[in-house]
Amino acid sequence: MKKIEVLGTGCKKCVNTAEQIQSVADHLGIEVTVEKVTDPGTIMSYKVMSTPGVAIDGKLVHSGSVPNHDKIETLLKN
Amino acid sequence: MLEVFTWLADWLIYGLAGLNPASKLGASLHFFVEDTTKIFALLVVMIYIIALARASLDLERVRHYIQQKNRFAGYGLGAGFGAITPFCSCSSIPLFLGFTSAGIPLGITMAFLFTSPIINEVAVIMLWSLLGWEFTLVYVVIGMAVGIGGGMILDTLKGERWLKDFAAKAYQQAAETPHNDDSPPDAKTLTMKDRHVFARDELKEIVGQIWKWVIIGVGLGAALHGFVPDSWFADNLGSGQWWNVPLAVLAGLPLYSNATAVIPVMESLILKGLPVGTTLAFCMSTVAASFPEFIMLKQVMQWRLLGIIFVILLANFMVVGWLINLLSPWLFSGTLI
Repeated sequence: MKKIEVLGTGCKKCVNTAEQIQSVADHLGIEVTVEKVTDPGTIMSYKVMSTPGVAIDGKLVHSGSVPNHDKIETLLKN
Repeated sequence: MLEVFTWLADWLIYGLAGLNPASKLGASLHFFVEDTTKIFALLVVMIYIIALARASLDLERVRHYIQQKNRFAGYGLGAGFGAITPFCSCSSIPLFLGFTSAGIPLGITMAFLFTSPIINEVAVIMLWSLLGWEFTLVYVVIGMAVGIGGGMILDTLKGERWLKDFAAKAYQQAAETPHNDDSPPDAKTLTMKDRHVFARDELKEIVGQIWKWVIIGVGLGAALHGFVPDSWFADNLGSGQWWNVPLAVLAGLPLYSNATAVIPVMESLILKGLPVGTTLAFCMSTVAASFPEFIMLKQVMQWRLLGIIFVILLANFMVVGWLINLLSPWLFSGTLI
């Protein structure tokens, strides 16, 4: 079970990111929990400056855009 | 080169639709067609080209660069990067914290955030095509000055006292740790194809976001152009008494908009004889002092600091308005009005 956090202060892109990750994970049959993190302190602790950011199991793996399908696949498989 | 769009509008509105150039509807529609076609054509070309160049710019490197400079260069750099960095307002908070936790003074971070909504490539392209390069230059200088000035005042007042605790703590920690020997984060190495993909996505995203604002803005500008009599402002607002400027700033406050929508309206207001400084004060107030943005900043600041920032911004806009009204006979040597 991977724990995925989508970091962002609540804009539309962050919602998109969370939805896409969930749908790619479902498609690949990988079990994940997707959580949207909006708390500025937590976002700061990940050192993210441009949102949306994505952290998997507490490690930042992406930031600054809605990741595309291929990128999400690669992230989830690793 | 840009006359092509005037011809297109002539042909469509006066020729094909057969409207009279002297009629209100004819004048409005002509303005609308000419400006929308011109703006969209320029935007598509320019956003793509600019995005190609800026694909390798990222915030970590920008931050590192600002960090290395002394304080005074910092304000200019903060405002400068605020102008050229692509930036969505929903990233304000992470950016604010990213800068603050790197020990960058509050005033420099705010110079970035003040300038960011005022100056961006879309605003510059639109100003250039609608109002000419002289006006564009004045606008950019003012946008930078508002950011730099606002930032300096904030630091003079020691604004960081009124940050939220967690942000203040992060700032303090960073300020106490020296960071002289940091090496810059690695530059992205990009092939031409990467740049093209980036620019294409950027173009899609920006145009997707702003097309409706262009239409709304040009629509409003066109309506003003066709339906408000030429002497209306002169008759009703006088010809630039001092209180016009604060009035324009207050009028702009509740209107929350972005530069894209305001610029065509500005064009119309100036053509109708509203003094340039008054128009600019109105425009800046609409674009840069927006309540949604302020509410967002509340997450990292105490009310007191927000209030101070608000007052500084409004005061800056008024100074800008008065100054430009005073100087406009020398700034725009008859080309504009």
